[in-house]
Amino acid sequence: MAVEVRIPTILRQYTGGAKVVEGGGDTLSALIDDLESRHEGLRDRLIENGELRRFVNIYVNDEDVRFLDGLKTSLSDADSVTVLPAVAGGA
Amino acid sequence: MLSGVLTIRQDIVDAIIEHARRDHPDEACGVVAGPAGSDRPERFIPMLNAARSPTFYEFDSMDLLRLYREMESRDEEPVVIYHSHTATEAYPSRTDVSIAAEPNAHYVLVSTRDEHDADFRSFRIVDGQVTEEEVKII
Repeated sequence: MAVEVRIPTILRQYTGGAKVVEGGGDTLSALIDDLESRHEGLRDRLIENGELRRFVNIYVNDEDVRFLDGLKTSLSDADSVTVLPAVAGGA
Repeated sequence: MLSGVLTIRQDIVDAIIEHARRDHPDEACGVVAGPAGSDRPERFIPMLNAARSPTFYEFDSMDLLRLYREMESRDEEPVVIYHSHTATEAYPSRTDVSIAAEPNAHYVLVSTRDEHDADFRSFRIVDGQVTEEEVKII
């Protein structure tokens, strides 16, 4: 099963500069484990203490996974996943 | 000693300050997109501060996705990412630095704490390091 994953500029250091990588898994969590096996270090930038990092957004087919099932969101063949860091800050 | 430079048009500077004034006392935020690799901020895109807060800003996650999709389809990148501080100076806070995730962007800070004189400054934020740069208005 192949899922296309779009990687933001700041995380391309883990993908050899690639904007788009392929991965597999029945859930977002499994997909991230699969990506980690080829792009070591990526998982830590997405997950902290078993949760999606507060200032990282992941979308499955243009839906924010926070409004789906988070890391348990299920994936099907040909789904498209997009990772975008939040644009945020505070005084 | 300022190492880099942000070159930006006067009308865009004015638009950013006007947005910051309009949303005061909440923080205002947005992007100025430009052709990828050009370092030229050309397309002013004010964003909604989903936090609607005087001490925090955050792009709504769906707005963020639409923005990045649109920039990608136009072969653009976020040359400038701006936000306002409404009670403090125009300098990146610790929170700003810890969340900043666009190492190629110019982070513009505007302070609206003075009613008449808005402070407009630009920074690079890379790996937790803040470097102020010159602002050249054309």
